[in-house]
Formats: sequence, structure tokens, C-alpha cells
Amino acid sequence: MGGSTECVKHIELYVNSSATSLQQEASVNAIATLLKNDTLNIETLVREMEMYLTTTDHIIRSRGILLLAEVLAKLTSKPLTDTSIHSLIGFFSERLADWKASRGAIVGCLALLGRKKEVGMVTDSEAKAVALSYLQNLQVQALGQHDRKLSFRLMECILDHYACAIRDLGDVLLYGICEAIDEEKDPDCLVLVFHIIESLAKLYPDPSGPLSKFAQDLFEILGSYFPIHFTHRKGEDDDNKREELSRALLLAFASTPLFEPFSMPLLLEKLSSSLPSAKVESFRYISYCTTQYGSDRMVKYAQALWSSVKEATFISPQSTVSAESELTGGMGFLDNDMMTQAFVLLQEVMQQDIIFTNLVLSDKDINIFVNSLIESTDFGDISLLLRQKLHAAGHILSVCAKSSAASCNKVFESYFPLLMNALGISPAKPSQKSYLDDDCSVFKLNFGALYLCIDFLGACRCLTAFFDNFTLVSDFANQTWCAMLHRFSGPLMKGFISFLGSNIVDSGHNAFVYLCVKGLQTLSTFPESFVPVSKHLYDCSLLMLVSIVTSEINKTFSWTSALKALVEIGLFIDNCPDSGRASSYKSTVVEKIVFLISSGDITSSSSLKLQAAYDIGATRKEFMVRIVQGLDEAIAVHFSAAYELGNLESDKLATELLDTYSNKVLPWFLETGDSEEIPIKFALGIWANIENSRCINPRPPDNASNLLGATMTAMKKAVGSCTVEGQEMIINKSYELLLESNCFESMGFQSDNCSSKLKGLQQNHNFGSSTYRYEWLISLFASVVIALRPQACIPNGKMMVQLFISAILNGHVSSAHALSALVNKLPSKITGINSFRSISLEEVLDMIFGSFFRTSSNGSMSGNDGHEIDLSGLKLDTLRIQSAKSNVVIGLAWIGKALLMRGHVKVKDITMTLLGLLMLDGNIGDSNQLQEWTEVCDEEYVPQLMKCAADSFHIIMSDSEECLNRRYHAVIRPLYKQRFFSSVIPILSSLVVKSESSSVRSMLYRAFAHVVSDAPLTAILSEAKKLIPILLDCLAILSMDVLDKDIIYNVLLVVSGLLTDRNGEEAVIGNAPRIINQLIDLTAYSQSMAIRETAIQCLVAMSELPHTRIYPLKTQVLQSISKALDDPKRIIRQEAVRCRSAWYVIS
Amino acid sequence: MVDGLINANPTVYEKKERRARIPPGDVDEYAVEPIDQQEIFDHVRDIKDPEHPYSLEELKVITEDAIEVDDKQSHVRITFTPTVEHCSMATVIGLCLRVKLMRCLPPRYKVDIRVAPGTHATEAAVNKQLNDKERVAAALENPNLVEMVDECLAPSYE
Repeated sequence: MGGSTECVKHIELYVNSSATSLQQEASVNAIATLLKNDTLNIETLVREMEMYLTTTDHIIRSRGILLLAEVLAKLTSKPLTDTSIHSLIGFFSERLADWKASRGAIVGCLALLGRKKEVGMVTDSEAKAVALSYLQNLQVQALGQHDRKLSFRLMECILDHYACAIRDLGDVLLYGICEAIDEEKDPDCLVLVFHIIESLAKLYPDPSGPLSKFAQDLFEILGSYFPIHFTHRKGEDDDNKREELSRALLLAFASTPLFEPFSMPLLLEKLSSSLPSAKVESFRYISYCTTQYGSDRMVKYAQALWSSVKEATFISPQSTVSAESELTGGMGFLDNDMMTQAFVLLQEVMQQDIIFTNLVLSDKDINIFVNSLIESTDFGDISLLLRQKLHAAGHILSVCAKSSAASCNKVFESYFPLLMNALGISPAKPSQKSYLDDDCSVFKLNFGALYLCIDFLGACRCLTAFFDNFTLVSDFANQTWCAMLHRFSGPLMKGFISFLGSNIVDSGHNAFVYLCVKGLQTLSTFPESFVPVSKHLYDCSLLMLVSIVTSEINKTFSWTSALKALVEIGLFIDNCPDSGRASSYKSTVVEKIVFLISSGDITSSSSLKLQAAYDIGATRKEFMVRIVQGLDEAIAVHFSAAYELGNLESDKLATELLDTYSNKVLPWFLETGDSEEIPIKFALGIWANIENSRCINPRPPDNASNLLGATMTAMKKAVGSCTVEGQEMIINKSYELLLESNCFESMGFQSDNCSSKLKGLQQNHNFGSSTYRYEWLISLFASVVIALRPQACIPNGKMMVQLFISAILNGHVSSAHALSALVNKLPSKITGINSFRSISLEEVLDMIFGSFFRTSSNGSMSGNDGHEIDLSGLKLDTLRIQSAKSNVVIGLAWIGKALLMRGHVKVKDITMTLLGLLMLDGNIGDSNQLQEWTEVCDEEYVPQLMKCAADSFHIIMSDSEECLNRRYHAVIRPLYKQRFFSSVIPILSSLVVKSESSSVRSMLYRAFAHVVSDAPLTAILSEAKKLIPILLDCLAILSMDVLDKDIIYNVLLVVSGLLTDRNGEEAVIGNAPRIINQLIDLTAYSQSMAIRETAIQCLVAMSELPHTRIYPLKTQVLQSISKALDDPKRIIRQEAVRCRSAWYVIS
Repeated sequence: MVDGLINANPTVYEKKERRARIPPGDVDEYAVEPIDQQEIFDHVRDIKDPEHPYSLEELKVITEDAIEVDDKQSHVRITFTPTVEHCSMATVIGLCLRVKLMRCLPPRYKVDIRVAPGTHATEAAVNKQLNDKERVAAALENPNLVEMVDECLAPSYE
């Protein structure tokens, strides 16, 4: 057999003591493959290996056994016969006794025991034999760390998969395990140990079974690990490991109630420890153990538990004032970990037994505290500690009330009448039901009572929501708390409403306002089946809140809390749609808000009003549709006022409305799905507005007005979120309007005549100034085109392209965006005659190049291929039309980007053209073209054009918000940036070397900087060695001009990426002195703090390099950094200190 | 050296909150931020006590108020309070402060370091020792002392 000779080779390689671990792995894999292919069967393998498995040389034997075991571990999915499994497992379990070769035996047992039934598994009796051999022969604690881990894994595997087989081992098993796990210290092994104990507990659940004898011993081992705490921290994932260990230990603690007599005293003792983390852990463990041990066992600890919870939460509360405290009237607290865990524990024990509730209610400290607090009426006096205590007491009592109906009854009986009394609220009489009675409704301002009252209401709400699903309404009515709530909720609500309506609100009663609003919110969000308030009161409370939102905009506190409450109430309606409340919410809240935005008085603090409208609308789709209707009306009114009359106020407002639309409303609809109607209606609405207002205000737009921009963004987003049909509808409508407005004629060509009349256009330079309306039309039209889907068909494409081309020549950037969107999405060839698509990509490109570049007759540079662009023609042409030169370059850049993204070959031509433009200056003095140029070229203009060409690389490489992104359905080939990067960089770097003129070189560096800073770091890393010198030159040249600081910053970020990535290290080491020199120069770059900071951070990163390379530079760096210590900016000084100490330690 | 610790059980206080970084964007690029009290305090607060694993801030050896800065005159004066009166570590602490500030402040600064009046048995001697250029230089020639100082100044990465 061919397999056997090959396998002998591999066996020998493996057993050879000089083999590296990689080679060994390779031979294991090779043998496993042979077995999988059936070139070799397992019997043959064992026969071949016989010598290695039985030799007396223990090194060779252990390696032989390990090889066999590792091969088996690779064969988990290959079926094996029962006989082979039988003899193999017999062999391995016997070998467990061979301590010199035990690793192989353990791995082998593990591999065989882990097999699935379908591929042949070990029988129960064999598994038991393994377990017995394990218990008799293996001295786990005498093994090394890795072997211990393996043997624990083996035991875990036996316990998990063969539990029935080993159950009757009883004491032997338990004793063996105790011995094996005692004194274990390695974290990885401990996780396994904890899991073994958990499995053991599952194996012997019987309270009088074998485990009961060993519970104490086991827990003695286990308990010594609590709490998990690392004294020597090693690395970053310490926290994860600690977390994992702690969870495993927790499960082991709670695995059996038999541990209770030992674990609870330990945990309670740790609760009184001074280490906060130990306390937190103890609370956590007790909460979980409580659920597992059962209430009978826990009752005896009730008193002790309660006192420790009280100590942690109430006696010495550790809560900190939260950042939102301002918004909650000074009562916002963040509980620390300990308090949170203590509350969790409280909740657990409360749910188990009512005895805890009794304990809390009979607690003197809480009682006295509440009573004394209720007596003091002035909130101003209450110190921070008292407020923290109040917060804790409220939390404790509401946990009590929440836990069950019975304990809720008790809590209400003991405290509720007291609170109502303190607030001066008397129960509603059956006779007066549904109207606001002024006399009895104003309550006394008692902060403590009010706070607790609100907490109670919240607890009741939780309780009803919990019971709502499976309890009949009649059950509620019998409960004491329920009856009390019914009697008092009406008067309470009236009290809240009249307080909010009264003018006391003005005078700094923020905390009261917050509580009243919260009270209204809670009362209004009780489930439908349990309605503590009448519909009339519900309406009244909504009305109150709405009137706060609509009228009290300058009192920001009450405004925000009322809005929040309304949103909550709205969301609650959405959760349980009961028609009665939804309709009253709609008629009171939504209609009022709609009226607010559509009415004229929106002018003041409009952004807040729009915020309110959106927040309330977002609670439910039906509401949002109504709100949008209102928004549409408002937009129509203000838009035409701004557009026709130039009303400044309306201008600002319309901009704001449109922003709300594009930033909030449209994304909301996009998220909720369906409803294409809204964006279509919106887009058509804007076009209709434009159509209706024939005369536009002739005033040229002042710079402050951003109405056009806002409209365009909203239009783009709206069109972008439509389907193909909707988009076609919009584009057809806009195209018609464009035709009607004679837009095409004004641009210099007659309708239907597609051959361009560029000459006419060239004389017509007054596009921007005279016809403001045309700019609007074209810009909006461009926005529509930008957001079209690739499938959408467009009317009369040629005209459209001509229109955009001529607009680009006039410097209209949005048209360049639109044209690039077309180039990006059009199909390259039209298939079928009946196609709606009226134009193909090839045609468009021909048109573009035809108008951008004059066809040249001398053909000095053009090739024979018609697709190639005539470079000289371009130069002449662009240079002739002075005003259009840079516009053409920008247009070209966008077209290039579009082609690049769809992966079209012509992007290469555009790149070459741009490069040619970039080197205009350098070509002077070169060959015969000189004359042509100097004739037409304005000398001063050349540098500007070169710069423009260099910057066009930024356009090509960067992501744009305006167009050509996923939101506007651009065609994006993966990795297009990498492709551009790797094709352009070699050209640029060779040109840099060749170029003689300094101005050309600086432009080349500029283009290089743009390409590099937008390219993905991985692409740069692979070229790091070549790029670093150029990057450094780049930094040196760019730092001469202050205006280029953004570019420098981007390049510097690339450099820092190279420095911090391990793959870049080699290239960095080679250039260390140059890099450091350049960085030192930049630490003194006075124009930008960010650059200085990054440069210093880069220097810190450099200090990590091998000392031999950087030691010579130490003095230089330290000297220059000491200048940065005196930097005007504090952050720079801090970084400099860090850098200095990093370099100081190099020696 | 004395057997055992000089102050075996020092009181540990809470740390103050650190200065939050101003988010970029609303920073005036050219505004000058002079070196102030808190900045100096930030430099020295994390120096480890030579005896205990606590920082000088936690032991209240240094407080923000005990630092006087005059950025225009390039002058700093730090007054520190040893935890016990007979603390023989006072000179080491003072040396740590001086070395730390030598590394953190621009060279134009003059640094004065002194023990708070009435908090140390040999106040005058310690003050003299700490502000004597040559004695400081000599101390820094001593490898044992330098090792001790470097250990105290090692960053704690909290």
C-alpha cells in the first residue's frame, strides 16, 4: 500500500526529537488526510506505529502515543468501526497509568469520547473504564499547566456526555475530583474546574445522595476562590478573564442547594468587607443563589440580607448626581455598581417571600426618615445626602410594591394615606366625577411626599403592566392598592394639572414641575384594562402638556419634560392600540402641533417647535403622516414667500423646515419602510411651487441665504428614497417644467437640436447673474438626476447632457455632480430598440469629450484610436475660454470619479489628461507645442489651473456627501480606491523624479498627497517602503504654504498610520532619521494645533522602534521637544511631556 | 535605612477629577493657554509615594492650592506636606517633584520646592537641601537615588 510507506515517513518525522512544532503539525495533518481519503486505514497505522507505541524509551513512546492521539483528534467526522474504537479506547485508558506518556493518552481519550453517534462512539462501559482509570492513575495536580487543562477537559467531557455511565461511581468519583481540583491556580483550568463542579451537582441532584457528604469539602475548595480578584494584572484581557471566571464560579456556587449552609455565611461575611468590589460580587452571587436555592432555605437569612441591603443603599448611599440631573429637577442619580446589585438582590428576595416586605415596612429607620421628610416642607433645605436617601427609600419601597400584589397592598396600606394626607388630597367622592374642581385640586407643596407618591404610581404601573396579560380586571378591583389608586388618582391628576397651570411654575420649582409632569405621564400610561383616570381627565392632562409645549418655549425645563412626557404617552398608545386614547391623542396633541407649525407664529424659536413636531410624530405613523401634511403646508407658504418676494424671515424658516424634512422626516419614513407617497408628494410639491411662482424675486441671493442648498438636499433625499416608478414621475414632471421655462434656449441651443452650439454659449457668460430662476431650475433638476436609480429611464437624455455640459462650463458644480451621476449609472450599450433609455454611456462620453476638448486637426498627439482623448486639443480649447478652464477641470474630475467607481476603462484617459494639465508649466520649453500655448495662454493663469488639476485628485479619491454614494444609488465597484491608488502612484512617483521645474514638482506632490490620504491604509502599507520618502518630501514641500494645512494633516495621519501598524515597521526603520527630522519640523508648525499634536504623537510612536536604530537620534529629539514644552497650547505641552518621557527612557 | 515603614498606615483621600479635554472644533487655533496651577498639578499629582502604592494626590502631600505659578516670570513654587512630621522621605519626595518638573516644564522656569511650614521636624534643613542646585545635582549622580526617583515617576497607566 502506497499510503503506509508515506505514513511511515511522516511518523518518523514526527517522532524525531529535532522536529519543530510546525513540522509535527504538518505530519499530523498529512497522516490524517491519508486516513480520510481511505488510502490508509487505522489498523494499518497502528500496526506501523507499534514500535513507537510500545518502546521502553519513554520519550519516543510518549511522542508516538501523542501522534496517534492527535491524528484521532483530526478524525472527528470520519466513521470508525466499533472494534477499532474499542481497542483504541482500551489502549488509551490503560495508558493513563503511564505517567510519562499521559498527555497522549489524555488527548486520545478526549478525541474518542468527543465523537458523535453517527461516526461511531465509545460505549458507556468503556467510558466508565476511562473514568476509573483516570481516578486511579492520574495525579492531576502533579501535572504541568497544559496537561492539567487537558485532564480537566477530559473529566468535563465524561461528565457532560457519559453522565449515566459514571453515576454509580459515587464516592470514588467525588473523592477523585476533590483531589484533582484542590489547590488549582491557573485561570484557564479554574474555569473548567468550576464547570466540573456544576456538572457534578447536576449528576447528583438528590439532597441526601452522595454529594451531600462531599458538599462541605467541595465548597471549601470552591469558596477560597471568592471573590475573583487578580493581584497581579498581566494584560488587557484580564477583565474579560475575570468576568468569565466570576460567571463560572457563580454557576458553581448556585449549582446545588446543598452548598447553601456554607456559601451563604461566606457571602454574608464578604458583604461586610471593606473592598467595594467584593461587596458588589457578593450581592451579585446572593441574588443568583437566591433564585436557585429556593425560598425555604433563604428565609433564615432575611434579616441579615435586609440589613446589608439597607446599609449599602439607604444608610450610606453612594449614588452620584447624574449628568441629566438638571432635567429631572435635581433628583437624577446614578447608582454605583454596589447599589445596583443591592437593588437587584432586593427585587429577587422580594419576589420569593413576603417576609421581606414585612421587614422593610417594619424598619424603623425608613419609617422615621419618611415621616420626618414629609413634615419638612421646603425643598430648598434638603441636602444632597437627604436627597440621595430619598432616592434610595423611594427605590426600595417601589421595589416592594412592584414585587407582588400582596406586598403592594401592604406598602399602600402603610404609606399611601400618609402621603395623600401630606399632599392634602382627599379621595374623590363618587358624586363629583369628571370635572375639575378648583377647590380641592391644588395640593400642598411637599416634595418628599410628592416624590414617593410618583414612585408608587410608577411601581403600580409596572405591576399592572405585568399582570395585564393574564389577570382578569375583576381581580384588580379586590386589591387594596387598586381601590386606593382608584379613589385618589382623579384628585391627584387634577392636582398635577392645576399645579402646572398655575403661575407658581415660574419661580424655580423645577423639581415640582418635573414630578407633576411625570405623574401625569404615569397616570396616562396605565394599561387599557386598568384605567385609573376617566377619559375626560386624560384629555385634560394631554391638553395641559400640549399647552406647555406650545406656549412655554422659553421655559426650557418645563418644555422639555412636557415634550418627553407626551412622547412617552404617544409611544404607549402605539404599544397597546386602543382606539379611544389614540383618537383623543390625535385630536388634542397632534392637531395642536400641526396648527402650531402651519400657523404664522412659528417664527420665534422655530427649531424647538419643529423638534416637538417631529418627536411627537415619530411615536406613530398615523401621527407622522398628519404632521408631514402640516409641514408640507408650511413649506409651501414660506417657500413661495421667500422665493417670490425674497422675504428674509420666510427664507430662514423655509430653510429650517426643509432641513427638518431632509434630516429627520425622510430618514424616519425610510426606516419605517413602505410609504413612498410622502417623498414623491414632497418632491412634486416643490416643483409645483416653482411652477406656480412664475416670477422670481430678482434680488440675487445674498450669501447668508441657504434656501437653494436646503431645497436641493431635501429634493435629493426625497428622490433617493423613491422607487423607480416614483423617480420617473418626478423627473418627467421636472423635465416638462424645464422645457416650458425655455431653459434650454437660454442655455444657448434650441430645443430638439442636439448638436451643440457652443459658440453661442461661449459668448453667453452671464448665466449666473441675470437669470436666477434658471439657476434654481437647473440646480433642482440636477438634484433629481443625482438621486436617480440606475434603472430609472430619463426623457431626452441628449438634451439633458447638453444642458449640464454647458452649465458646467459656466461653473455650475451641481451640474457636474448630476452629469457624473448619469455617467456612473447609464448602461454602456442600449439593448433593444424599444428601450426607454434614450441614451447610452458611450454617447454621453462622446458628447462630453466633444465639448470639453476641441477636436484638433493637426493630430499631433492624438492616436489612431478614436476613443483616445486629444490632449493638445483640450489644452488649446480650455485655455482659450478663460473662464471655463478650471470649470472643465472640475467637471472632468467628477466624470473621472464616476467612471472609476463603475470600473470603466476611460478613467485612464481622464487621469492622463489631468496629469498633463498638472504639468503645464513643465512643458514650456518643450518641443513644438510651445507656440500654440503661449499664444492663447495667460501666463498668470497657468499655476491656478495646475493647482485645480492637482486638487481634482481629491475629488476623485474622496467620498462625497453630495452625489455618487450609496444613498443616491451610485454604482460602486469594490476596491475602486485601491485600484486607482495602485495605478496612479507609480506614474506620479516616476513623474516626480523626472520633473525639473519646482512648481510642477510641488503640484505633483499635492496630487500625490490627495491620493495617498484618501487611499485605504492596507494599500499604502504594502507599498510603504517606496512611499515613505515621497511622503516626507510631500510634507516638506506642503509645509511651505499655510493654506495647505488640511492636506498636511491628512498626510500626517497616513504617516502615523504607517508608524503604528506592525506591517509598516520595517519600512519605517529604514527611514527613521528622515522621518524624525520631518516630524521635528512639524512639531513647530505654528498654523495648526492638530498637526503639532499628531507630529508629537508620531514621535512617541517612533520611540517604540528598536533602540539601536533610534538611540543616535535621542538627543536631537529631546532638544526639539523641549521647545514644544513651551507651546502656547496645553494639549501640545501634555503630549510633549509624554513624548519626552518616552524618549528619556531609551538607553 | 529605618526598619519598617515610617508611616505604616497613611490616610488615603479621594482623587480630584481631571480636566476634560476641550472637544476639537470650538478651539481657537491661536489663543494662548498659559501654564497654570492645574497644569502643574496634573504633572505632579500622579507621582507615587516612595513608601506606598498611592499617589501624592491621594495622600494629600500635594494639593492644587499648594502650587503657585507665575507664567510671565517663569516661576513655580510648590509647597508639599509630608504625611508625618519626622518623615525621612520628605527629601526624596522633594527630589521627585523637582526631577518631574525639570522634565515637564520648559527650561525657562525656575522651580522652588519647600515643605509646608510647621509640618516637618527638620524643615529648614530639608528646604535648603531641596533648593541647593549642587546638592540636587549630586543626589542625581547617586544611582540608588535615581532608581528610586524613576520608580516614583513611572507612569501608572490609570
